[in-house]
Amino acid sequence: MITEIGHFSLIFAFVLSLCQSFAPIYAARKSMDVIHRFSIRLAVLNAVFVLLSFSCLIWAFIVSDFSVALVTEHSHSSKPMIYKISGTWGNHEGSMLMWIVILSVFGAGLALTQKTMGLLQKSSTLGVQGIISSAFIAFSLFTSNPFERLALPPLNGNGLNPVLQDIGLALHPPTLYVGYVGLSLAFSFAVAGLITNSVDRNWARYMRVWVQIAWCALTLGIGLGSWWAYYELGWGGWWFWDPVENASLMPWLVATALLHSVIVVEQRDLLKSWTVLLAITGFSLSLLGTFIVRSGLLTSVHSFASDPTRGLFILGILVFSIGPPLLLFAINGPKIKSIGYLHLLSRETGLLINNFLLICASIIVIIGTFYPIALEIMTGMKITVGPPYFEATFNPIMALLVIMMGIGPFLVWKRGILPKSNKIWIFAGTSAVVISAISFWASNELSVSALAGIATAAWLGISLLCDIFVKIQKLNRNRYTNFWQDALHLQWGMWIAHFGIVIFLVGALGEGIYRSESVARMHIGDEISLGSDSAKLQAISTRNDSNYESLVATLKLTTSDNIQIGFLFPEKRIYPVERQTTTEAAIRRTVTADYYAVLGDGNRKDGYTIRLYHKPFVSWIWLGVIMMASGVAISIIIQRLKPKQTHVAFTS
Amino acid sequence: MSPKLQRLILFGVAGLFLTTAVGLTLAALKENIVYFYTPSEIDKKEIGNRAIRIGGLVQKNSISVVGLTAYFIVEDVKSQQAVTYTGALPDIFRGGQGVIVEGKFNEDTFNANTVMAKHDEQYMPREVADKLKEQGIWQGDSKK
Repeated sequence: MITEIGHFSLIFAFVLSLCQSFAPIYAARKSMDVIHRFSIRLAVLNAVFVLLSFSCLIWAFIVSDFSVALVTEHSHSSKPMIYKISGTWGNHEGSMLMWIVILSVFGAGLALTQKTMGLLQKSSTLGVQGIISSAFIAFSLFTSNPFERLALPPLNGNGLNPVLQDIGLALHPPTLYVGYVGLSLAFSFAVAGLITNSVDRNWARYMRVWVQIAWCALTLGIGLGSWWAYYELGWGGWWFWDPVENASLMPWLVATALLHSVIVVEQRDLLKSWTVLLAITGFSLSLLGTFIVRSGLLTSVHSFASDPTRGLFILGILVFSIGPPLLLFAINGPKIKSIGYLHLLSRETGLLINNFLLICASIIVIIGTFYPIALEIMTGMKITVGPPYFEATFNPIMALLVIMMGIGPFLVWKRGILPKSNKIWIFAGTSAVVISAISFWASNELSVSALAGIATAAWLGISLLCDIFVKIQKLNRNRYTNFWQDALHLQWGMWIAHFGIVIFLVGALGEGIYRSESVARMHIGDEISLGSDSAKLQAISTRNDSNYESLVATLKLTTSDNIQIGFLFPEKRIYPVERQTTTEAAIRRTVTADYYAVLGDGNRKDGYTIRLYHKPFVSWIWLGVIMMASGVAISIIIQRLKPKQTHVAFTS
Repeated sequence: MSPKLQRLILFGVAGLFLTTAVGLTLAALKENIVYFYTPSEIDKKEIGNRAIRIGGLVQKNSISVVGLTAYFIVEDVKSQQAVTYTGALPDIFRGGQGVIVEGKFNEDTFNANTVMAKHDEQYMPREVADKLKEQGIWQGDSKK
């Protein structure tokens, strides 16, 4: 019964989103405000029904209703409750429904907020959103209906892939989806802006917050995915340049460019067509990402639930969502007029360079990801493009971007640089060189690229700190205003997000340059060395849990002076229901380094293969990611706290 | 400087940068492509000292492990290739299983530095499945 309610409300939501997309067209011709208001309400109602439908599906998973085909295939009654719930979106059909939920919740979010926005603009933005959501609901209903029933319900389900029974993976897809789908609203803004010819500073102001929300989620989602790969896959790496990872990186790079270019539109009314194009591309790349993951077009460590026919449908939506908007852009784009002009030494040029570098980087990722497919289709030759390609091309571009990040904040809107900037640049540059010289002196095996990495990270960190210091000092001189309030209104969001990149770089460079690794076949009582420390295999034991059995090794870590660091318990799990084996890496985290151990195959007689890693500063990678996302979140809050006229103050 | 000149400088620098970037990217791509072969397609003269990937089935009962080094044979319907690998083998590495190895040739033996098999028992790398289908030894999709 509940399953049918879910199914029917999804059908109802489909009809509602069709109405939502056609109402504004009708209303615009007759210029009827009543219908505009009505279609805005439709967006809210649509979200209500989609949410109802999703709750019904979750309910079926919670009560293990095996008469629903999806539950039978992907759940099992012996599974812990949290994984029953996360099993709802741990498969193709469910995750598609979740995609739709987020799509309509974003629509409802716009409908319920931003009351000052023009009626026509709002209802046409929601109209475009309605078109996207009806396409996806149709996709869900006709090709991958999650509510399909089984005529003969089995007694128990097939279980969920054990690799997916993990808290990181329960959270990773929803977060990533909020990011992907959040970009749909930017896309809708862009398309509606083109249709109604209303791309201006206000348009940018309304759109910006949605880009920020989507960017936060996308960043956190990618971070979670990388964290999951780090501890679950047991390879010790955190980024593999795997096609599926690249699929999320491409929209991220474009979204990052959009996040910055929309500020230029808001402040200076410049780069308008460029921003529209970025908004369209950003969402298209999100769809492309979904298409890659779903179609099984690329072999990947992350992919699950792949099926080529579904891929084709998404490809259809993709063509449909890139084609018409680009055509519209070609027709209506020239109508967008920018008033001001770009001065070479200005904040807007700085942001333009930022956009340029980010787009270069995303093109590099696109080439590396799609070149193998294109070559295979054209010549039948099978190749792979590995991490060395990305390291040789992506990293230098990012280094330039980081250098620019140390310059940009000192540039002023319209023209010129802040006082003292030259001094700060000289100071930050010299310290960066000194710091990388010291690291070279400490260990002269470092490569040129490692030293360049250290120098750029130091440059950014120091120039940011100087920027913060100078701006706060400037506040201090004026006694007649409220110091704390003014201090609160400074660009904390930008500072924290950019400093997050410094922290991220410390992690990435620390792990990349200073990591050590050792592998050995060990008997109980054997010892191996790891850098300056060593590890001793003390015992191997078995353990039983509700849904798996496992083999656990006990490793004792000691320093060279024989001081005990701690124990590591790497595991090998056997899931009887799914008949699969997984490796559970043991990680001992500290602020300055991780010890990471993996138990491989083996037996008592021949010994067990054990892999050990020492990874300095690796947790800083994710700390940096969290800082970037919270920086943008803080910037959203600060914008809301500021009195409105500060916009004018900033532009002068 | 007039706005026109400034725009010219901006576009000039961007163009120059883009050309360099494209050039370097293509060079990096050329250097870092890893070609994929099945045992019967291997032509040692053509491959030389480049890193390649070999995909096929691990021959049953061909695996022997001495210390950390594993010796095994990767085969397709026509030929076989001896492979050595030092390090930890993936969880589900065993005879009769699809596998991809990446590395370089040392005389007639292939020294792998990576062995790829997945956490899924039924997993067959797509490249391997395609090639095996071509050679007619793929026993249909028993996946689902």
